Amino acid sequence: MRALKITLALAGLFWVNVASGQHARLGIGTPAAPDQIRGWDIDVRPDGLGLPPGTGTVEKGERIYAEQCAACHGEKGQNPAKGFDQLAGGRGTLATPRPVRTIGSNWPYATTVFDYVRRAMPFPSPQSLTPDEVYSVVAYLLYINDIVPRETVLNAQTLPKVRMPNADGFIPDGRPDAEDMKCTRDCQ
Amino acid sequence: MTISRRQMLTSVATMAAGGAIADGLPSPAGAMPPDVPDSMRSLGQPILSPPYGVPSKFEKNVVRRLREARATDTEAFSVTPLQNLHGIVTPNGLVFERHHAGVPEIAPLEHRLLVHGLVDRPLIFSMDDLLRFPSVSKTYFLECSGNSSTEWGKSGYHSVQRTHGLISCCEWTGVPLSTILDEVGVKPEAKWILAEGADAAAMTRSVPLEKALDDALVVYAQNGEMLRPEQGYPVRLFLPGFEANMSVKWLRRLKIGDQPWYTREETSRYTDLLPNGKAYEFTFEMDAKSVVTFPNSERSFRDKGSYEISGLAWSGRGHITRVDVSVDGGATWRRATLQEPILEKCFTRFRLPFVWDGRPLEIQSRTFDDKGWAQPTRARLIAARGTNARYHFNAIQGWKVAADGGVTNASA
Repeated sequence: MRALKITLALAGLFWVNVASGQHARLGIGTPAAPDQIRGWDIDVRPDGLGLPPGTGTVEKGERIYAEQCAACHGEKGQNPAKGFDQLAGGRGTLATPRPVRTIGSNWPYATTVFDYVRRAMPFPSPQSLTPDEVYSVVAYLLYINDIVPRETVLNAQTLPKVRMPNADGFIPDGRPDAEDMKCTRDCQ
Repeated sequence: MTISRRQMLTSVATMAAGGAIADGLPSPAGAMPPDVPDSMRSLGQPILSPPYGVPSKFEKNVVRRLREARATDTEAFSVTPLQNLHGIVTPNGLVFERHHAGVPEIAPLEHRLLVHGLVDRPLIFSMDDLLRFPSVSKTYFLECSGNSSTEWGKSGYHSVQRTHGLISCCEWTGVPLSTILDEVGVKPEAKWILAEGADAAAMTRSVPLEKALDDALVVYAQNGEMLRPEQGYPVRLFLPGFEANMSVKWLRRLKIGDQPWYTREETSRYTDLLPNGKAYEFTFEMDAKSVVTFPNSERSFRDKGSYEISGLAWSGRGHITRVDVSVDGGATWRRATLQEPILEKCFTRFRLPFVWDGRPLEIQSRTFDDKGWAQPTRARLIAARGTNARYHFNAIQGWKVAADGGVTNASA
């Protein structure tokens, strides 16, 4: 790789040769310290990477849900307020003319529920729940979808092991799929 | 007949008032030839009124609108008045909005972009830092994959703003994402990047590294000025041709990883449900699509005679090579003129002179891109995906023009 070419200009300024197409570090930015990263690094993957320490129970989640979630999402995740997501039920409807896409019927990974609740819920006060509270809300949401039993205890080890009913419901982008989406003759 | 048609359209124009030139309305006495208009007999407004210019007061109806009422005004979207646009650039104040938890107010001095994960050197960038990088300016469209989602069914919408207004096109200025990735040093096992916003939704999407290294930008300006707050001020990701949700606004974090995160917005949402119950995931590119924007439900043919049919075409995979226009519901087609420049992943304006004989019509447009993609008919798109896919509707749009000039949605 060619080294960064620097030319001394007449005025004594240094000009960076960006025309060479070679990538070189420009030395812009400040190193991010591990504790700085930790404060912002809130994402969780399906394999559980990113899950914080903590524990949640269905019983505790039920209380939090009643106080902070039910007003929009409805009791037990059913009959939500108009315009808000139904969170439970809908199993077996995806292949019908009126699909109901809920956590139980649609979401492929339980870790996504944790990630989303942690970052974006409750709607008016996101990132206000502790890890134990998020685990608990997730436990309750999985319980009302008949995915886990009432005595379930969720933590960083148990949550990624939960298998969601629609885990196999997603397939790669199938386009072009419509008959005339690709031009066959006389198109240019 | 002619008089009643004019009277009818005048009343429609008065109610809907699409910012069209209000010819046909009564004129103040003395403004028309041979009289000298008042504007020439007295001084006009002083300079700097106002310092930041705004449209003429006669254009007050050229605004973004809600497509339909929502449960909240923060998890909501507004649509661009395509019927009022000229050329290919969308003015900043008319760019459609989609917010999942409102528009945050972010002071640029207090904003940071963290880039970490599978990198040699995790770094934090201030806005001053980002402005130091070599920059580029590119004109690209930005389309929500939910644009025209109402058209899977019978929408009942007759306004092109409501059927197709979740799209805009701007000149975007910023730093190639590849430049920033060079700065942190991406490890060989990296395959995906998580982009995260600093809004109350902490919006996150997984972006393939291939796209990041291709044409992805970290942008801070649109149409010559800093981003508007509702477009991600002070900095957003921009993925040309990809569904707009992935161009994460108020960008605060990029995390490099080796697999996608399957966030809520790429599982529960932004996946395309098929009749068999399976859903396409990671449907990133926006398909080749076009729509006629004149005539429209606010402004149309009035009397027999010469007009210019006009509209917009775009493809998320390349550049537009051709647009055809039909006035008989797709039975026969004529090739439209394409306005240059014809740019990749950008609006292309098409035009076709037309003489209206006063008979009812169904006007359609269909487009093709340089990668061999074409715009399908609605029937064939629905045959492939059913009517519950919600996203990525790109079928040919028909507009019925009645004998009185009124425009309605042909499939509604």
